Amino acid sequence: MIYRESGQFKKTYQADQAILPLRQDRIFLILVLLVAFLVVPFTASNYVMNSLLLPFLIYSLAAIGLNILVGYCGQISLGTGGFMAVGAFAAWNLAIRTELPMPVIFVLAGLITSGAGVLFGLPALRIKGFYLAVTTLAAQFFLVWLLQRPWFNNYSASGVISAPDFHMFGWSIETVTDRYYLSLIILVVMALLAKNLVRSATGRKWMAIRDMDVAAEIIGIRPMPTKLKAFAVSSFFIGIAGVLWAFLYLGQLEADAFNIYTSFDVLFMVIIGGLGSILGCFLGAAFVVLVPIFLNIIPSALGLPLSTAMISYIEVFIFGSLIIFFLIVEPHGMARLWSIAKQKLRLWPFPY
Amino acid sequence: MMFFLEVLIGGLLAGVMYALVALGFVLIFKASGIFNFAQAAMVLFAAMFMGGMHNDWGLSYWLAIPLTLVIMVGVAWVIERVVLRPMVNQEPIILFMSTIGIFFALIGFAEIFWGSRSRTLDVGIPSDPIFLGDMLLQSYDLITAAIVATLVVGLVLFSQKTRMGRVLRAVADDHQAAQSVGIKLSTVWVVVWSIAGLVAVVAGIVWGGALGVQPVMVDVAFKALPVLLLGGLTSIPGAIVAGLIIGAGEALAEVYLGPIIGGGIDSWFAYIIAMAFMVWRPEGLFGEKIIERI
Repeated sequence: MIYRESGQFKKTYQADQAILPLRQDRIFLILVLLVAFLVVPFTASNYVMNSLLLPFLIYSLAAIGLNILVGYCGQISLGTGGFMAVGAFAAWNLAIRTELPMPVIFVLAGLITSGAGVLFGLPALRIKGFYLAVTTLAAQFFLVWLLQRPWFNNYSASGVISAPDFHMFGWSIETVTDRYYLSLIILVVMALLAKNLVRSATGRKWMAIRDMDVAAEIIGIRPMPTKLKAFAVSSFFIGIAGVLWAFLYLGQLEADAFNIYTSFDVLFMVIIGGLGSILGCFLGAAFVVLVPIFLNIIPSALGLPLSTAMISYIEVFIFGSLIIFFLIVEPHGMARLWSIAKQKLRLWPFPY
Repeated sequence: MMFFLEVLIGGLLAGVMYALVALGFVLIFKASGIFNFAQAAMVLFAAMFMGGMHNDWGLSYWLAIPLTLVIMVGVAWVIERVVLRPMVNQEPIILFMSTIGIFFALIGFAEIFWGSRSRTLDVGIPSDPIFLGDMLLQSYDLITAAIVATLVVGLVLFSQKTRMGRVLRAVADDHQAAQSVGIKLSTVWVVVWSIAGLVAVVAGIVWGGALGVQPVMVDVAFKALPVLLLGGLTSIPGAIVAGLIIGAGEALAEVYLGPIIGGGIDSWFAYIIAMAFMVWRPEGLFGEKIIERI
């Protein structure tokens, strides 16, 4: 009833190219943003902010980065954890070794990660598909090993170093609310950037490469710059996510925290959320962050007398099964479910 | 020189163990085009069941191993029914992700059953030092190599001499053509996953004997993946040869390169070898040449 496009005419090219062509969608998005900026920080408890919202926001950013590479450019990567670590350590080293302002450090850390991404993306020019996926594991293992060298943690004895306190534009990031706002602002800006990028000529070239790289080459898309651009942009996003993860969420740096399972988690988000969809990144991140927490709560809520160890085993089992279940029910991810729901809503309450 | 040879041979023998895990990957990839990440979980699963049955239930290995084999066939059947059948015709990456799901489900299931306690798995392979001239070798490694050789010969005979083997080769060659001459794909997949289960049992015995059975054992997967890559995803001899190359390369690098650039390089060295090699030959040593048409 409410969700109708009738009466909304596009009179300008600008209106035709809007990200959200429907007024209802725009209103919905504005409402979500208003809630995120004005309601959540004042109502959510510290626990919710710290262990739900922060990881959700940061994982969403990482998922957007990976989705650019996997969902839009079709290059499967399992090196996300390694690149997040590069971003985090680059930012930390810049922060303690230089006097640069923090925003500059963030961007530089992103760019350094881009460099690493391009370096490990070079084999993608020859290697494709699963061969490439396994090759990117080299990035994961090599980068984590490299960052454990003493120089990178400034010869700290334990190998675990704490993130420095910092401020941006005179705003010092101390409380959990500050950290939430900073992540949220960065996420919103970068998600908008990503959305526009994938609608641009670059994004279309990526998709052409994804759908069939030989054919794309024949219609005049140069594979090398296109693929490397995807690696660079994707790594930039992932690098920034790594900085946020270490500085805002964990508060400390340890290369081992960005292990292979981080890479898998982010890949899950992209696939469960929906390949080739920015919205899907958010849905996937929410899924991966929420499911373990639910699985943790349910047994005690039901009053089942299970040991903590048993709960964690069951958690692993159910997590695996849920992934399989989701892939069987909707292999195109939650973003597809969302668009199906919107289609249905357009006609509702009429059958057609 | 003697030391070099010792390191080299030790590395080669370790490579055989990597090849064993990679073998399971290759079998499934060849027959169904699925990149089965869960192979390592199957190794752990089998090892945990064998170790658990022997240590906790007091069964002898002569009973525990066949029982585990039966369980692996059951697992293969369940995977075919629950996972593969509903996902026919999905894109390879979706199937790959679902095998990661299987990976977690299998590990979780085995842990629910047996807990994450570390167990020994000693089926009586002797591990004594053997001197060959002046060279020091481990009998465990030699026997392992012999077991793997037997397994590979058995697999080759199976695929070349039996009716089922011919069916498997037909399916590996062309799914649709195989189906059109009346081969049931669902049966073939159960068989293939069961064989991969058998390989996992052998790998479980060998790895479990060397390292003990514990959940970190799945990390052998990350050792087997570069082997797989280097050998080519579709070639059984490739998996063996690449296993030897990577095992030797890794051992030599750890001894001669490790002191220069810092220890622990075995976590990534194999990947870098594989990566450098892939850039030169994108289908691996013996993989099928990738031909692309528009």
